[in-house]
Amino acid sequence: MKYVDEFRDPELIARAAQEIARTAEPSRHYRIMEVCGGHTHAIYRHGLRDVLPENIELVHGPGCPVCVLPTGRVDDGLAIAQHPGAILTCFGDMLRVPGTKGTPLELKARGADIRMVYSPLDALRLAVDNPKRHVCFFAIGFETTAPSTALTLLRAQELGLRNFSVFCNHVTIVPAMRAILDSPGMRIDGFVGPGHVSSITGCRPYEFVARDYGKPVAVAGFEPLDILEAIIMVLRQLRAGEAKVENQYRRIVPWEGNPVALRAMARVFELRPYFEWRGLGFISQSALKLNASFAQWDAEVQFELPGIRVTDPKAAQCGEVLKGVLKPHQCKLFAKECNPEHPIGALMVSSEGACAAYYRYAHRGDPVSA
Amino acid sequence: MCLAIPGQVVNIVPEQPLLAKVDVGGVRRNVNVGLLEDAAVQPGDWVLIHVGFALSKIGEEEARDQLRMLRAMGEDELAMEEVRGYRFSEEGDPG
Amino acid sequence: MTTIERPPPRVRFDDAQIEMSHGAGGKASRRLVEGLIAPLFANAVLAKLSDAAALSLGGAAYATTADSFVVKPLRFPGGSIGELAVNGTVNDLAVSGARAEALMAAFILEAGLPTTTLRAEVEAMAEAASRAGVAIVGGDTKVVEHGACDGMYVTTFGVGKIDGRLTLDPRSVRTGDRVLLSGPIGDHGITILLARGELDLEADLSSDTRSVWPYVSALLDTCADSVRWMRDPTRGGVATSLNELARDSGLGIVLYEEAVPLRREVRGACEILGLDPLHIANEGQFLAIVAERDADRALAAVRAVAGGEGATLIGEVRAEPARQVLGISAYGGTRVIDMLVGDPLPRIC
Repeated sequence: MKYVDEFRDPELIARAAQEIARTAEPSRHYRIMEVCGGHTHAIYRHGLRDVLPENIELVHGPGCPVCVLPTGRVDDGLAIAQHPGAILTCFGDMLRVPGTKGTPLELKARGADIRMVYSPLDALRLAVDNPKRHVCFFAIGFETTAPSTALTLLRAQELGLRNFSVFCNHVTIVPAMRAILDSPGMRIDGFVGPGHVSSITGCRPYEFVARDYGKPVAVAGFEPLDILEAIIMVLRQLRAGEAKVENQYRRIVPWEGNPVALRAMARVFELRPYFEWRGLGFISQSALKLNASFAQWDAEVQFELPGIRVTDPKAAQCGEVLKGVLKPHQCKLFAKECNPEHPIGALMVSSEGACAAYYRYAHRGDPVSA
Repeated sequence: MCLAIPGQVVNIVPEQPLLAKVDVGGVRRNVNVGLLEDAAVQPGDWVLIHVGFALSKIGEEEARDQLRMLRAMGEDELAMEEVRGYRFSEEGDPG
Repeated sequence: MTTIERPPPRVRFDDAQIEMSHGAGGKASRRLVEGLIAPLFANAVLAKLSDAAALSLGGAAYATTADSFVVKPLRFPGGSIGELAVNGTVNDLAVSGARAEALMAAFILEAGLPTTTLRAEVEAMAEAASRAGVAIVGGDTKVVEHGACDGMYVTTFGVGKIDGRLTLDPRSVRTGDRVLLSGPIGDHGITILLARGELDLEADLSSDTRSVWPYVSALLDTCADSVRWMRDPTRGGVATSLNELARDSGLGIVLYEEAVPLRREVRGACEILGLDPLHIANEGQFLAIVAERDADRALAAVRAVAGGEGATLIGEVRAEPARQVLGISAYGGTRVIDMLVGDPLPRIC
């Protein structure tokens, strides 16, 4: 597959790994956060830890929209599915995320009409095809996914569709990065930035990380060579005592982002004053909602939702793992009460959550690293 | 956080200028190109696909540059090793 | 060789109700069988929890198996529920070392099912049975109210005599043994996923449903005494079957990731949907653990049978990591390959 296989070339991977070993100072321990859950997944899926020197520790960041979604929001979405005549649509990722009364899959098995869609446009088409039913789309995702929801809503507006709504849970990555940078226990040396988010937002939003916090950022793609090259970029900056934003993923990411997508988002969404992130708490201006002109498609306006906040068990140490203070297996619940079949904390919920990825792909029984 | 995958445009769907049929490893799907500047894609173009939308066109040039750079990385070291290996065989190393 | 002491598996099943995942062939299915069903039926034959039960009758060893088929849509490229129902049971017997001698079939039909649909499936079963050289000698038919089932469900029961040259036991597996896979994986599962139409994906792909007996038979004729274990990796895929072996043998299974045969379209679909091909169902493949000394001969024997050209040695048995399946990439990256949890779900993240 073009643009995939070349970036998994074993020989080039070996070379990049050698370059990393040469660039890293042996006496120094590096903590590099890959912000995006897609990177976390790729790192484990491709076994990249095995080609990195021991003194480079990858800290798994908050970039998993499923993981950071509070249980109360899942409950709200599932409440829509209980309305007579409603069809709740969501991505496959959401189907196994537990609310307090069960997962969407479990509710579906009990008779709720919950359907998986690949695209928000599929949900829209379902509404067109079923004029007597109300179709709600459970929207999740960062800036990568939000423009697709925006375009779908613009289309709904164009069609004057009355039996369609969006339950908006889109979040934005920069405030979460800032929250991590501001947290007292933070020990991150540099960031591998989220490539697909940046294809929309561009690279400028990360400039504050370099400017205000003095940390290097390399916006990266998702193939093994992309991630390794981004690590080299971060290490070189650290070695030279620099802090700037670099774009490793130039084949996809324009420095200024995607103006069409940004315009579509601006037409449809506005920032919420604050939003709760599972594991991180409330973060101001970190999420999107539909603006007033789209109220008639806004599920939060159209439906009465319980809106009850559900807190995670105290024993789950998701926040510490997110900030890089703990590795997943150092959490007291890891692989015991909390496992992919019965997730308790946020990071075990989705396969790209740090804990689920660690559980699924990492060598269990690893010695605990520093 | 976001699974997106490169695909090649096969054709623009007739009478639906915002839809392009895209091929990923022999699997085809109609993809919305409304997020691209002027929705300008042509058969043969490569795009990055996410939830049924093309997020961006893939820069062939940039991809080539990146691979060239990665290949060059450590080339000096390899050259050194080659030189060392060469000398070795001159000294009558059987291997 | 050291023998591995295994504590009797103690699985608890305390889920309040049956969910779809209990039927998906992965961890949840295993918990249901081991935690609820097997303890109540408690007996030595069942305790082995293999695809077919080995029974000794009149001095000869027989394998018996039953399998239910529920699939949506009923017909899909490359096959249909009827063909699956025959091949699935024939294959469960085959990987127990038995050629199917007779099948029985039970139908649950939904009132309103067009006769043409039923006829087509019965014809498909007759054809598949004739191809596999087995007779369908009995069965049962029940009809339920419209809406109480999805068109039709088929259960088949099969019996066959176990090849006397063969001893299959996960505990006979040794380090150094090789993992043989009969051909490309994922065709069936991805074909069904695409045939449901929900994802709007098109590909030239068809189910791999077929009897694997010709390949198993060739393998046994070549080196029956070197074959330690076999399984047809249906629901849950290759990953789930090999995890069961790792657990039951106490050993580690190492897969060379690049060696696993995979059609371009299956790979494409898996990349788009974020699925692991090792978790995708197959209906015409089998896995065998073969002693190292005979691995190449075994491979040649399977490849020599028409349709077996895609067979590959995909891995080996090692002492470590015990009870796990480890994937190794060409550049030395490793990952633990887990059992499937629930159904494979497309993801966007």
